[in-house]
Amino acid sequence: MKETVVNAVKLVKKFGGFTAVDSVSFEVSTGEIYGFLGANGAGKSTTIKMLCGILEPTSGDAMVGGYSIRKNPENIKKQLGYMSQKFSLYTSLTVKENLTFYAGIYGLKTGEIKERTAIIVEKTGLAGYEDREVGIMPGGLKQRVALACAIIHQPKILFLDEPTAGVDPLLRRRFWEIIDELSKSGTTIFITTHYMDEVEHCHRLALMHAGRIIKEGTVENIKAATFTAPIMEVEAADVVAAYKCLFAGRSKFKEISMHGSSVHIIPSADVAKTGELIKAMLSSENIKFKEAVLIQPSMEDVFVNLVKVYENS
Amino acid sequence: MKNVVEVKNLKKYFYDVHAIDGLSFEVREGEIFGFIGPDGAGKTTALRVISGIMLPTSGEVKVLGYNIPEEAEAIKEHIGYMSQKFNLYTDLTVEENINFFADVFLIEKQVLSQRLEKLLKMTRLAGFEKRLAGNLSGGMKQKLSLICTLIHRPQLLILDEPTTGVDPVSRREFWEILQEIVLEGVTIIISTPYMDEAEWCGRIGLMFRGRIISSDTPQKMKQGSNRVVADVFPITGKTEDLSAGLHSAQEPDFGGIFSKLRGITDIQLYGRKYHVVLENEAALEELKDKMNGIAQVNQISASIEDIFVDKIRKL
Repeated sequence: MKETVVNAVKLVKKFGGFTAVDSVSFEVSTGEIYGFLGANGAGKSTTIKMLCGILEPTSGDAMVGGYSIRKNPENIKKQLGYMSQKFSLYTSLTVKENLTFYAGIYGLKTGEIKERTAIIVEKTGLAGYEDREVGIMPGGLKQRVALACAIIHQPKILFLDEPTAGVDPLLRRRFWEIIDELSKSGTTIFITTHYMDEVEHCHRLALMHAGRIIKEGTVENIKAATFTAPIMEVEAADVVAAYKCLFAGRSKFKEISMHGSSVHIIPSADVAKTGELIKAMLSSENIKFKEAVLIQPSMEDVFVNLVKVYENS
Repeated sequence: MKNVVEVKNLKKYFYDVHAIDGLSFEVREGEIFGFIGPDGAGKTTALRVISGIMLPTSGEVKVLGYNIPEEAEAIKEHIGYMSQKFNLYTDLTVEENINFFADVFLIEKQVLSQRLEKLLKMTRLAGFEKRLAGNLSGGMKQKLSLICTLIHRPQLLILDEPTTGVDPVSRREFWEILQEIVLEGVTIIISTPYMDEAEWCGRIGLMFRGRIISSDTPQKMKQGSNRVVADVFPITGKTEDLSAGLHSAQEPDFGGIFSKLRGITDIQLYGRKYHVVLENEAALEELKDKMNGIAQVNQISASIEDIFVDKIRKL
């Protein structure tokens, strides 16, 4: 049964005259992977800090794991795990020593520490690495140690701050599989990120900009609601020449941009007509090209577009 | 097209760590060549050797016709190198930083003001000249670094992870600026850990453990892959867990229904969606058949990451 684990109602945080978080409301339920996507200064970290009970809101309130962040911030902390891309691990200690240290901080008893360490090491695929010094482990494994430390006390809610940026894709896959298992077993997961790959792992997303949530929903829903126009991709061996040629007739398109070895066009007429037009323009200058194909907008296309629309309104 | 950079069997060892282990590639005039790979793949080391600021252990490196490291001094006025770490003076203003770099490259005042006007316009930093560099946002700092790297009009621009940690809007803007720079005939070599940025490059080299494991235009690389890719969306209420115990990393075991299917080479779970890479069309048909009534299967094109994973699994 899904129940609401986090319920934020009109959270506001002001620093002097600056409003960092501007009346943000959302609900997250058990086992959900919920992502905050936004630029630096969009209000992601401030929101997370309030949810963790380490920053008091100027107004509004949130219930986190059954406690109000205004009235019982201390009770919230025990239910939370936090992992950042900048691992806060002791590099000269072993995996086991790091785990024992964090378990101690979270107040686990000696017996529990042993038991939990065994479970966690298994769960995060660190069996066999217990006595390795963390400093000399590869990035992908360090990241798993950081995750293990963040969940040693079985938190109800896990916060991940750009957890996998720059990690080898195979190790990254394993990381997300562990996160998925945690989510299935009922841990609620919050992610703050810039990284489009991480965004796509979320069940639901909140796009934050200038202290507000400007869009919320599943990746698919947000994509479908934002992009109604197709993107046409024209490949050319001499892409600079092709771009310059098409750019000269830019008034005939809604948008034109160069992307590596291809040109992207958002048509203002229908796709077939625009295709003919592109063909005529490039052929008249003897530029070799491959017929335009339709491509799917990426989550980044969607985000950039939403921010532009928001700023123009 | 002429080659601006030619590298043959380059090696760089730090004691027993083989940071670069037999790297060969060319960069053509006027293109954006992207080194795409995870942390520790050797991207930064490769760029440092090409820039002439780090000695290689062995191998041949030619940049703009000069032999590196022997003639490294000669390339310095023709290249612009932007390191991964922000290395401008945070307690100087935007203008003061730019003037400093212009002085280092002995650029005359009049020439500087002409170039600067254009660069400030292109990077949309006009109006921020008097702001302390330390008070700029992450994206703006990167653009200021870019101006300082471009002020002496280099033929070759070498950028080490300029978009890492930069937010999506600034990241997009930065890439758009690079496209403008290329239109003026400058060659760019750039590194990034973000696989999706491959699309902005003319050609890419996929880097892994000190080597380029594949190199081509992103489109050709995708077309050349014979893998078939599909997104699988479970139908709500039918089944919550198609892949109990999905375990794809080292020894693939895809679990659940997927373990009964042949021809799957990779699965990644994105939220509720399974991103499935298959060997061929027949495997896709079998997948569609098995998922009938349980999940919706949509064929999509392979991403650069799909191709990267496919290649590193075969190593």
